[in-house]
Order: sequence, then C-alpha cells, then structure tokens
Amino acid sequence: MNPLSDNDTTIADEAAANPVAGIDQEVGNFQYDVKYDFDAGSGLSEDTVNFISQVKKEPEWIREFRLKALKVFESKPLPTHWATKDLENIDFNKIRYYLSQGQRSKRSWDDVPDDIKKTFERLGIPEQERKFLAGVEAQFDSEAAYSNIKEAVSKQGVIFMSSTEALMEHPEIFRKWFGKVIPTGDNKFSALNSAVFSGGSFIYIPPGVKVSHPLQAYFRINAENFGQFERTLIIADEGAEVTYMEGCTAPKFSTATLHSAVVELVAMKGAKIQYITVQNWSANVFNLVTKRGLAHEDATIKWIDCNIGSRLTMKYPGVVLKGERARGEVLSIALANDGQHQDTGAKMIHAANNTTSNIIAKSISVGQGRSTYRGLVHIPKHLKGCKSNTECDALLINTNSRTDTYPAITVKGDRNSIQHEASVSKISEDMIFYMQQRGLSEAEAMSLAVNGFVNDLVREFPMEYSVELKRLIDLEMEGSVG
Amino acid sequence: MQSLEIKDLHISIGDKPIVNGLSLTVNRGEVHAIMGPNGTGKSTLAKAIAGHPDYTITSGDVLVDGASILEMEPDERARAGVFLAFQYPSEIPGVSIANFIRAALQSRLPEGEELEATKYYKNLYAKMDALKIDRKFTSRSVNEGFSGGEKKRCEILQMAMLEPTYAIMDETDSGLDIDAMKVVAEGVNALRGPKLGILLITHYQRLLDYIVPDYVHVMWDGRIVKSGDKSLALELEAKGYDWVKKELAAV
Repeated sequence: MNPLSDNDTTIADEAAANPVAGIDQEVGNFQYDVKYDFDAGSGLSEDTVNFISQVKKEPEWIREFRLKALKVFESKPLPTHWATKDLENIDFNKIRYYLSQGQRSKRSWDDVPDDIKKTFERLGIPEQERKFLAGVEAQFDSEAAYSNIKEAVSKQGVIFMSSTEALMEHPEIFRKWFGKVIPTGDNKFSALNSAVFSGGSFIYIPPGVKVSHPLQAYFRINAENFGQFERTLIIADEGAEVTYMEGCTAPKFSTATLHSAVVELVAMKGAKIQYITVQNWSANVFNLVTKRGLAHEDATIKWIDCNIGSRLTMKYPGVVLKGERARGEVLSIALANDGQHQDTGAKMIHAANNTTSNIIAKSISVGQGRSTYRGLVHIPKHLKGCKSNTECDALLINTNSRTDTYPAITVKGDRNSIQHEASVSKISEDMIFYMQQRGLSEAEAMSLAVNGFVNDLVREFPMEYSVELKRLIDLEMEGSVG
Repeated sequence: MQSLEIKDLHISIGDKPIVNGLSLTVNRGEVHAIMGPNGTGKSTLAKAIAGHPDYTITSGDVLVDGASILEMEPDERARAGVFLAFQYPSEIPGVSIANFIRAALQSRLPEGEELEATKYYKNLYAKMDALKIDRKFTSRSVNEGFSGGEKKRCEILQMAMLEPTYAIMDETDSGLDIDAMKVVAEGVNALRGPKLGILLITHYQRLLDYIVPDYVHVMWDGRIVKSGDKSLALELEAKGYDWVKKELAAV
C-alpha cells in the first residue's frame, strides 16, 4: 500500500486515441492530472480495507464492519444466473479502491485544490450552486473535495456533509441508520460497497423542516481503473421534506471503471424525500448501484432516475412501505446506446395497509443498445387497501435494439388493487421522413421523437434537470445517427 | 427560373418501375392538379420528389429554381422550399404541434441563432386565426388521435408556418367529408399567391370545385398523358378514366 505519486501520464490523450465505441459524451470527457496523496493501490484484500479505514482514522466498529463485509463480498458469487455475463469482465484485482488528496472536504471553492476545482468549474457546479441550490457536495474519486450548505439552511438544523465526515461528527444518528435499509449482504455489490465505501452524502433534516431548494451532490471519477464506492444516507425526520439531486460523469477510458454506490433513505412519519439522479457515465463504466428507501407512516419517497451512458447499469431503486398510507414512487428513464446495457427497474415492498406504489419506467434502445426492465412489487396476503401501478414503455430505434421486461408482481391478498401496463414502440422510418420533410435533420428528428417519448415523465422533473436531460438526449442522438 | 421542374423522371420501388418518364413544370403562382386512377404513380411522384428513401429515381431530374435537388437529403429539400402535405401524416407522440413547428422553423436558422419565442407564438396564433383553427389545437401531440380532418388541417397549418415556395399536396381530400374538405380548401386558397407553386394530387374532381387549378394533368401508367385547363377535370368527371384509356388505345 504505497502512496502512489507518478500519476502524470496523460490518460486523457490515450483515451482520445482510443475512444470507446458508441456515444458522444463530450461534456464529461476530459481529465486533469491529479496527484493523489492517498492511494490504496490495485486489488482488494484485508490490507486494502485496513488502509482505507486507517487513512480515514475511523472508529474500530467501522473497520470491523468493513472487514466483515469483505468476507460477504468474497463469499457471494456474481449474480450471472439472472444478470448479464458481462459482469465477469470486471477484474476486481485491477481496480484501485481508494484515491484521494485528503479526507476533509473544503467549505469554500477557494480552498479546493486547483486541479480538482477546475474540473468542477468546467462541469458548472459552482455556478449551479449560486443559482438554485441549498447545498452542494462535490466528490472527486474517493472523497468529497467540497461540501457546503447555505447558512439559512444549516441554521434550521439541517446536516449535509460527506458520509466520511458524518460518521465521525454525528455518530449517534449515523450509526442508528447506517446499513439498516440495505444490509451488507443484500447483494454482492452492496457487500463490496460496505467493505470499501468512501464519500457519498449524509443528510439529516430535523422534524418539520422543509428544505425549499434542492441539495445536490456531484460524483466525478477522474482516475483510470478506479472504483468509486460512495455511500449515501438521508434521513428526513417527522414531517420533514427534502429534494436531493445527484449527477455523475467520468472521462472516457479504454479500460473498465467501476461505480458501485449504496444509497439508503429513511423517511419518518409524514416526511417526504425526492431523490433525483441524472447519470451520464462514459461507455466504460460498470454502474452497479443499490438504492432503497424506508417509508414510515404517511411518508413519501420518490426516486427519479435517469440512466444515460455507462457500459452496464444495474439499478433497481426500491421503497419499503413500512407505515400505513406510505407512498413510494419510481420514475425512470434509461437510454441504451450502441454497446450499452441498461438493466434497470424498481422494487416496491408493501408492508402496511393502505400503502401506494407507482412505477413508471421508460427505456430507449438505440443501435445495438439493450434495455432490460426488472420490477418487483410485493403485497403480502394479510394487507388490505394497497394500490400499485406499473407502467413500462420501451422505445426501439432500430431493428437491432433489444428490450426485455421482467415484471414480478406478487400479490397474495384480494383486497388490493394492481395495475400493470407495458408497451413497446418503434421510431419508424416514416416518422423520421415526416419530420425530415419539415426541415429537421435525421438526428434532430430522432431527438425530438425520443424527447416526445419521455415528455410526460420529464414534466415531473425540476426545470434545471429537464433542460439538462433534453440536452443529453440531443447529444446521444447526434452520436447515434450516420 | 422560379419553378419546380420535373424532367423526364423515372422512379422505381425496388426493381419495379412506377413512374416512367414524367415531365412537368410548376411555376410560382400556379396551381397544377394531377389526376389519375389509383396505382398510377401519383403518390410515388410526391414522395420521390420529397426524397423518401424507399423510392429510387433511376433517371431524369427535379430542379428547384434551376438547381437539382436529387443529391439532397429530405430535410435539405424541405429547407430548399419543397413542402409535402402527406396523405397519411405520421403521429409523433409527446411532441406538441407548437413544438414541432417551432423545431422545424429553428432548423432553418443558421447555427447558433435561436428562434424568438414571443414572435413565434404571435405568428403562430395569427396564422391559426386566419385558418380558423382553435388555439388549443397546438398543444396536442402531432397527429396523435386526430380525425382525418384534423390531420389535414395540421398539414395546412404547417404549410402556412413554413412558407414553402413549392407545395405538393398528396390526396389532401382523401378521407374528408364535404365540410372538412371545404375548410381545408379554404386554407389552401388562403395560401395561394405569386410566391407559391402548388401541385395538387387527387383522385376525384370534387376537390377542384373548391381549389380551382390553372392546369390539369391526367396521369396514366406512370406518365402524364393529357393536359389542359380546369375543364379537363370536368370532362374527366363526366366521362370517367375509361375515356382516357380508350383514347390512349386508339393512339
């Protein structure tokens, strides 16, 4: 575990000469040379875990938690009996599990090291913060480089910091909920995250506090052969409300990069959490994320999940509807371009009477792109008055595209109401010709058709994000034509 | 040379020749009607001029104001001034008429220039008022769930907004009852003028009672076999297409 200091090769140049086939993601496709003071090296062992725990100066219980998780990770096979065999192409020995310049994030952009600051400036983060956010956390590889919250918001007792810091500064809240919604052994990748997690956000909203502007985190992968394992925990206390948004990018590398996060949400009685993701990973990223929320009585948890880019995404945000009248929602958009596989969906576990779940999933497959929807809705026999609605719509952009739907709905009782609808549509040559006849180029026509397809979902998004999403779709379509 | 010139045009679908040497010149300010029985190649002509990929032009040329458009993509032809009012316009789910027309106008602006929203809506509403179209109409998705009449009015509205120099109207009267046809014809008449050449393709004479053409051509077996003024349409109506057939056989 020697701190590595010779990271001066210009990987970005190599990547430019070796572009991963597929998509145009020029927004995030740049890299600056960064010297890392802390580097766990390549490969994963107990030494790796001890190194991470040591540089973070963590309490013993966390180190033990990590080591136990490592054993679980090692004992679990890859889920290739139901998931794609492409997972076997992840070489866990080649991945670098921890890279940072330090463990404390800065409260002012002026204090953020220049090479990291210019990355976030180029991505427009400080500007967005000024315009419409209540707080921002910016993670660069393993640790948050910057995190800040507007004074008015922190005065209300809202806590927003990286989870690395939170477990030291607020152990009483952190420990109570950490790993409770998603246990270590939930799946192989939640176990991996539990062993090597670093960064991610920790948010606590006190009872009755409604945060009017969104809190945002931005996750940036900069290094090649790197694994980012952030861990996010959001707790909205009774009657509290919060919207959290996350954005992700990485440069295009010719080698595989791994992003494996765990996100746990807890909405106490009457609380509302809205969690919005717009990911724009480059086409070499394996994005294997576990996200779940626990909704108590009268609480609402809403996941808005936009998956654009990556080589393989496996992500099924879920809500456990634990209290009566709790409500869970997943609205998702997945765009699989050439060479990409979006394996996404939702899980709704009804565990109390009169709970409601709503899933609307839209997928777009372009070229050789592949979209898979996996849904799980569970309503046990003893419950009554539960409602669940699932809608999955798939759009195919040429005959090579592939889409699969695996909805699993288990409803044991007869006192509940369930709806399920699925559709598959195509953008026909005639539709494109019609639009071209009005003057739109083929790429513009494709973009407009795709934007039309997701339009009713996008209306649910905050303005800034619907504009961003439209722009990303335009870029993707430009790259997919001709 | 302010005209749409079709010169000895041959069109095939796959290996099958459909249009066999058709020539026609439509000057700006003129309305030409092409009439003919089903399967004679009228719609093929319309789509091939617009650049549909299923139709191959095997020889001949199409010139817009003196310049050939055959090497152009369909969108380039559109921006060069050619408008096709479709017989069966496509549905575009989730895209409102207002946004669609806006995108079409935007595509005509140079790179980096934004269409001005307030001006655009002012123009759109003025044109809709002139065509007696309800303002709620434009927030609906393009052609989705439209009646036959609504689809055709949507085509006319697009034509009014995009201001083409040559409009080809493919069976604009098909599927319309008499009231709907009158409304559409009124729209076309309102757009008539010295800046626009119109090629009307129709199976029936009745549309020509409402849109009176300057010239009428009879199409048969992939070529124009007879041309005349509007009285030819009436003659055709009275005698039927068999009359043309017999005349052709006699020659």
